[in-house]
Order: sequence, then C-alpha cells, then structure tokens
Amino acid sequence: MADLRTNIGRLEMKNPVMTASGTFGYGLEFQDFVNLEDIGGIIVKGTTLMPREGNPYPRMAETPMGMLNAVGLQNKGVHYFVEHIYPQIKDIRTNMIVNVSGSQVEDYAETASIINELEGIPAIELNISCPNVKQGGMAFGVSAHGAAEVVSAVRKVYKKTLIVKLSPNVTDITEIARAVEGAGADSVSLINTLLGMAVDAEKRRPVLSTVTGGMSGAAVKPIALRMVWQVAKAVKIPVVGLGGIMNWRDAVEFLLAGASAVEIGTANFIDPAVTVKVADGINDYLERHGYKSVKDIIGALEV
Amino acid sequence: MIYQIFMKKYVLDLTVTENISLHSNYVLIKLTQDAPLPEMRPGQFAEIRIDGSQTTFLRRPISINFVDYEKNEVWFLVQLVGDGTRKLATVRKGDIVNVMLPLGNGFTVLPDNGKKVLLVGGGVGTAPMLYFGKVLAEKGFKPVFLLGARSQKDLLQLDRFAAYGEVYTTTEDGSAGEKGYVTMHSILQKEKFDMIYSCGPKPMMMAVARYAKANGIECEVSLENTMACGLGACLCCVEKTDEGHVCVCKEGPVFNIKKLLWQI
Repeated sequence: MADLRTNIGRLEMKNPVMTASGTFGYGLEFQDFVNLEDIGGIIVKGTTLMPREGNPYPRMAETPMGMLNAVGLQNKGVHYFVEHIYPQIKDIRTNMIVNVSGSQVEDYAETASIINELEGIPAIELNISCPNVKQGGMAFGVSAHGAAEVVSAVRKVYKKTLIVKLSPNVTDITEIARAVEGAGADSVSLINTLLGMAVDAEKRRPVLSTVTGGMSGAAVKPIALRMVWQVAKAVKIPVVGLGGIMNWRDAVEFLLAGASAVEIGTANFIDPAVTVKVADGINDYLERHGYKSVKDIIGALEV
Repeated sequence: MIYQIFMKKYVLDLTVTENISLHSNYVLIKLTQDAPLPEMRPGQFAEIRIDGSQTTFLRRPISINFVDYEKNEVWFLVQLVGDGTRKLATVRKGDIVNVMLPLGNGFTVLPDNGKKVLLVGGGVGTAPMLYFGKVLAEKGFKPVFLLGARSQKDLLQLDRFAAYGEVYTTTEDGSAGEKGYVTMHSILQKEKFDMIYSCGPKPMMMAVARYAKANGIECEVSLENTMACGLGACLCCVEKTDEGHVCVCKEGPVFNIKKLLWQI
C-alpha cells in the first residue's frame, strides 16, 4: 500500500480524492454506495448567507460527454446548515469542507465567520466562480481585483484552511490565481464549470431556463488539465484540480500536472462509488510504478 | 412535510433474461441476478447506465414496470426516445445492465382496501401502473385501470393489466377503446373513485388532476423532470411545490397534487 496522504496547506488528507461541491449533496445521499470516511474530503453543496430558491426548471442539459447545469446555488442558507445539516455530518471522520458562495463581499465574510466556529469543518472552499447566478460569485472571480477583495475580506475572519475555487471563464486564470494567493488564500481549486449553452432546434428555444449554464463532465478535462498545469507553475500555494475526472487515470493526470489533490464531480452521477475507486486506482498506479508516496507524482510531469 | 422514504439503494450489475420488442417504439427488458433483488415499491424508478453510446453521458431514469419476486426479475418498459434509450433497447439475453435502484418515493397505498382506486396511465406512463396494480390486488384492492394512447398499437401489456382489475382504454384515433383522451372516458361519469393515481405526459396528468380536484378526489401524479444524479444531490430535476423547489428524484417522483403549484 502506497502512502496516499497529501496536504492542502495545513489541511491533512488521508488521500487526494475529494468530492466537488454540488455533485455529492452533503455526502449523506451517497452513504448506501460508499464509505464516506474512505474519501479524502467531502466538499458539500454551495452555502450562502440567506436561503436561495435557485433558478427555475429546466436546469440541466446533457451534452456530448458532459452536461450543463443551471441550478443557481439553491440552498437553505448557512443558519439552516448550522442547525440541521452540521449535526448530521460533523462526526464523519474525513475532511468535511463547506463551499461558500455569495453575491456581496460582506455576505461571503459573514458566512465564512459563522462556519469558522464549527469545530468539525476544517476548511472552506470559497466559490467566486459560479456562472449561474446574477451578480453571483463569478462577478468577483473574473477580475483579479474583485477576487482579491473577496478573499481578503474572508481571510480576516476565517482562520482555518481557505481554498478558493476559480472560474475558467477568464482570459488568464494565472492572473486571478496570483491575486488570490496574494490576498491570503491557502489553496486554489480549479476549474469550476465552463459557461455553455444548449439549444432545442425543434422548439427553437434554449434548453435551460437561464439560456446559459455551467458545463462539466468528461468533455472539459483537457481544458481543466491545461489550466491546472498553468496555475501550478504560477503560484506557490497548493492547487486542487478538477474538471472531467471520470477515473483514476484522469486523477493521476491532474496530480502529474501539479495538483496536490483532486475533486470528482459529475462522475458521481454515473458511478456513486467512483471516489473510492479512484483512490484505490491511484494506489495501484503508485505501486506499479514503484512510488512510495502520492507526493512523489505531484507536479512530476516531464515536459 | 413531503413524504420521503428511506430504503437502501443499490448499484447492481443485472443480467438480461429477455428483451421483447413490443412494437417499433417500445421494448420490455427483463433483468435478474443470482441474489434476491431488493424490495421495490410501485412508482419507484431506476437509473440505468447506458454503455457504448457516444452521445449518452448520464444514466437514464426508467420507472419500474414490474417485479416478479418468484422469478427474481425486474422489468423495464422502455420507449425509444433518443440515442440512450435506442442503445439500451439493443441489449440481448445474457448481457449485463448496470442499474441503480430503488429510487424515489413511490405511490401511496391507502390503509383501507375497500376504497375505489383508479390508475390512469398514458403512453409509456402506463409502465409503473402494472406493478402498482399487482401490489394493490395483493392487498385486496380492486383497482380500475384507465389507459390511454395515440393508437391501438401503443396500448401495451393489456392482458397483464387485466389480471389485476378492470381495464378501460382510450385512443386518440379511436382504433381501440373510446375515442379521445382519458379524461373523456365514460367510466369517469359512471363510477365514483376515492383516489386517482396518474402517470403519463404532463398535459394528461394536468387534465386528470383538474378532474380530481373539481370532484374532490385525492390524486397523486408521477413526474418525469429531466434528471442527472437520481439521488437528490445535483438539484437539477426540481419541481416547485408549496415547500419550494424539491427534487423529483428524491422527494418524488410521486406527488399529491395538493403539493404542486400547477394552475389547474
């Protein structure tokens, strides 16, 4: 058995596999299929200060080797999370991480400060890259100035591991990553979904109620890999890679490109036990190639 | 609160025992495994993985048509709609099909089996009514089936329905049963029902719901909003209810019409 332990700043992980926010609920929905404690980290559904109803139906369109979603951060708000969800997940022995979203700097900071008090939550992932809400996170995530502003405000009130999730819908993602690093982030995760669109030719109408939506799934992997590779070279903080990971081989590719850990998202919809299969597959890969630790392959791409 | 049930869910590699072409647009796929199949409730569904289709990325939600516990078989009535269902329709005896089940809540069985219940199905929406009819008959109900389709050839499994209760039909072209829509059938004038269950195209279910509401009859409908995960995680298949957006895959697919915000 190879050593699968990895770190995201001060956050210690038993293996480099996490679940991507919005694809794994609060973990509880997947308990019949997978032992949650075998997953390195579980990033739960995007949480905002106030409850959000999300966008109208229809919110999903299947695309070749992928899908578009336009959920729009539906959630019951951070206070509901603290009272009703947190008690159910706090004793799960893995890193339970909350994805924090907002539409104003103050909202992000207040939500983060509330979660800062929760002993069982060792990290947050700051979502400055949701493409599905008006003035939503992505407004901050597409400019270096906006990104730094949000991260600085959250950093002041949030004392634990702060991961910032970046948008790929920008001209130069390394510029945003550097700004976020400078503002005090412990790590960056990328990529969030790519802005896309689906059209129903027969009805001459868009498929999604919001016309555009966020694209994920196997089809986005080459773009995600490229961005992870670029960002890993541009910043000193650890990078969490995600985007189109369907199996262990995809995950190894992200680690080689410079990711210290990976997140698995849309693949959970096709195989609800994919996370532990990926962790096992990474172990087999390391053993087959004679590596003792997963850290030996992080950024080990030979160019 | 919306009624939710908590039954253990499984991902199973099941073996095809039969794939019967019902006519050009429908197949009936029967699946089994060595171990006993898990318990399933009428109105629940499965998410079926489609292997070998270049354009099908997600699983396909398909309602449970029938469970034969003696033969240890679960049946799926599949309408050939797009690339995914067309690919699924090509499986042959002995092939493996990966299914995740049982998902969703299922229909409510009334505590008093003396109540008169009407099961209304339209098109491929008749599928869950067969298993539901069997369960109701076993519990001592005398279910009445009202099944609608475009044409005679689209009325499926009629002989099987007849084993569990009276069957009435309508077709849009008049080639079988009464001509017109299910809500125009004369049985609705002759009989007074205590509860109506419905599954089919949304306009049909809305017409059934309108009839039920106007006549003060309890009514449940089974929705089929576009889904991704099937587990209540992705929040894609939501329906607006009196409790806000809820997942059809988890809090549904069966809803009492009183919970829905339909304009009926």
